[in-house]
Amino acid sequence: MSEKMFVSGNDAVALGVRLCRPHVIAAYPITPQTIAVERLSNFVEDGSLESEFMHVESEHSAMSASMGASAIGARTFTATSSQGLLYMAEGLFYAAGGRLPIVMMNANRSLALPWSIYGDLSDSLAVLNSGWIQVYVEDAQEALDMVIQGFKIAEHAEVLCPLMINLDGFVLTHTYELIELPEQDAVDAFLPPFETANKMDLNRPVNMGMSTTPADNLEYKAQQHRAMMRSKSIAQTVNDDFAAAFGRDYGGMVEGYRLGDAEVALVTVGSITGTTRLVVDALREAGLAVGLLKLRYMRPFPEEAVASVAQNVKALGVIDKDISFGHEGTIFTHVNSAVTLNGKAPALVNFIGGMGGRDISKEDIEQMFHCLLDAAKGNAQERVQFVGLGVEIDE
Amino acid sequence: MNKTVEKVTARTMPDKEYFFGHKACAGCGGALAVRLAMKVLGDRSYGVLPAGCMAAVGFIYPQMAFNMNAMISTFPGTASMLSGMAVGARALGLGELNVVGFAGDGGTADIGLQALSGAIDRNDDIVYICYDNEAYMNTGIQKSGLTPYGTRTTTTPAGKNLPGSIRPKKRLFEIVAAHGIAYAATASIGYPQDFMNKVAKAKACGGTSFIHVYASCPTGWGSATETAVSIAKDVVDTGLWVLAEYEDGQFIVNKQPKSFASIPDYLGQQGRFRHLTEENIAEITRQRDANWARIRRDWIRD
Repeated sequence: MSEKMFVSGNDAVALGVRLCRPHVIAAYPITPQTIAVERLSNFVEDGSLESEFMHVESEHSAMSASMGASAIGARTFTATSSQGLLYMAEGLFYAAGGRLPIVMMNANRSLALPWSIYGDLSDSLAVLNSGWIQVYVEDAQEALDMVIQGFKIAEHAEVLCPLMINLDGFVLTHTYELIELPEQDAVDAFLPPFETANKMDLNRPVNMGMSTTPADNLEYKAQQHRAMMRSKSIAQTVNDDFAAAFGRDYGGMVEGYRLGDAEVALVTVGSITGTTRLVVDALREAGLAVGLLKLRYMRPFPEEAVASVAQNVKALGVIDKDISFGHEGTIFTHVNSAVTLNGKAPALVNFIGGMGGRDISKEDIEQMFHCLLDAAKGNAQERVQFVGLGVEIDE
Repeated sequence: MNKTVEKVTARTMPDKEYFFGHKACAGCGGALAVRLAMKVLGDRSYGVLPAGCMAAVGFIYPQMAFNMNAMISTFPGTASMLSGMAVGARALGLGELNVVGFAGDGGTADIGLQALSGAIDRNDDIVYICYDNEAYMNTGIQKSGLTPYGTRTTTTPAGKNLPGSIRPKKRLFEIVAAHGIAYAATASIGYPQDFMNKVAKAKACGGTSFIHVYASCPTGWGSATETAVSIAKDVVDTGLWVLAEYEDGQFIVNKQPKSFASIPDYLGQQGRFRHLTEENIAEITRQRDANWARIRRDWIRD
């Protein structure tokens, strides 16, 4: 029987990792990820997890050690956040180019300056181009489940891309929720031991991580891109198999909510989805045709799903807990690009908020929907809007 | 050290080669250090080469020059990647094997020092070999933390105002020893048997080991290719480079020259030092004498 537990998001990740039996865990502490690695070191100490826990001296070394372990065929996990994710940035691209299927938890947190330990998506969105599959979860259960699915997707022979599971800092990492802990036997059956041809072998020595001349480089990059594109259908299969085995279905690359006859919709990523869902219900109650599209993956990007939703609404809004200075929110840029698949676009509005842990309230989201409903009537809206901005910008 | 390590001699040295077909310059001391060390470490080895000269000359797809498992690491990540391999191998139960890194002076004493410190702190079972050619050679002869006083490099030009590099080499061997490392040594490709025996000890020590090997670079030093080995012998005989070990918490000086060979003769063979004045050479001599006075006081026991 699977067990019910009341745990934080960090705990849920650690419990998920234990069920996956990694050989090596290399991690460096950073708020708000720390509890996940503390739990894992406890599991190693109490013998409930037979892993090597490496006390690395930095995030750069966490990723470098993970690559070394993965390159000889070890299942490897690491975890970080914010400044730490940027400190290991060199390794992120390196691990992906080496096709090393490391799984990592990232606690989404603001980037300095100004310093802030609180959450937004600036960190992971800054490394979208690193070649990591990026999943964003909404609650502790999904975090746990995506660790199990994450190893299965990353290690798939047709994928071999590293995978990052993103949890909103504090909002998810430190909030306690009721979760269902899958049974070890069921996880073992779902996730077999890691086997790969892409490793060093004492019986078949190989040289890895080589250089290329301009004559070969594009071919490497194109194959890496194709592997990432293939991971879309593999992630869907893994989602469906997981649903069959464990009874929880996350939909796949995206999850739509009350989109059927929606006139306008908001695109969300991560924990803000939960709040938005409540607002959708309340506005539906009031007779307004609003819906929600939750993006579960930012890489590979589910552009077909976004385009298909955009086709059926008059206005589409995007909540970005990040900004690409001098342009717009990063998720908004992606949504804009996806809607061009249709040839014609709905009205598009970008809501920038939640930076450095600022709350996005139900009232804020209600206002966003009203702005979209107004746009649906053909009234022009400011394209990029800051939610609850406290200073006047005089321009 | 609790294991007795069999001595490597010309008679027992294996013929098998592990590093060939590479594009290193003629007279490359780094390539020779890799070649000699691998003869001691053998088949059951995983090599890590950071993005420096040995990676640049050894891994050009599709011409792979390492005859064992080997991989390029990030420039700062030699020691951390080695650690991951050693720990992963233990977790996978792969049995007896060697995990060895070959990084240059910049890759070790500058950008790689933090990761090296972490690996020693964890006492991961790795062999870390720093081949020291006293500057960033792969990028075109720039000053590193191990470039000695008075060296002309492309970022420490010698001119009216400066004699080239103005700082002495970091005391890397002692920095490493201060961690309480299982085994550390200095060596030179001019004394190959001494170097290989130190690799054998490093392999057997059961924890983190570190060898700092002086490795000539004719291209970067402006010296004749055929002098690569003799210069590496001269540097020891002048007392500018000290052959030593750190074992069981003690320093051991392997070679104490009764009288030092000529410093001007050593410097005079290399373009990088040709600009030095008598005053500069007197400063180099003063630094050497001060170093030896310190070593005799602190390391040599009766």
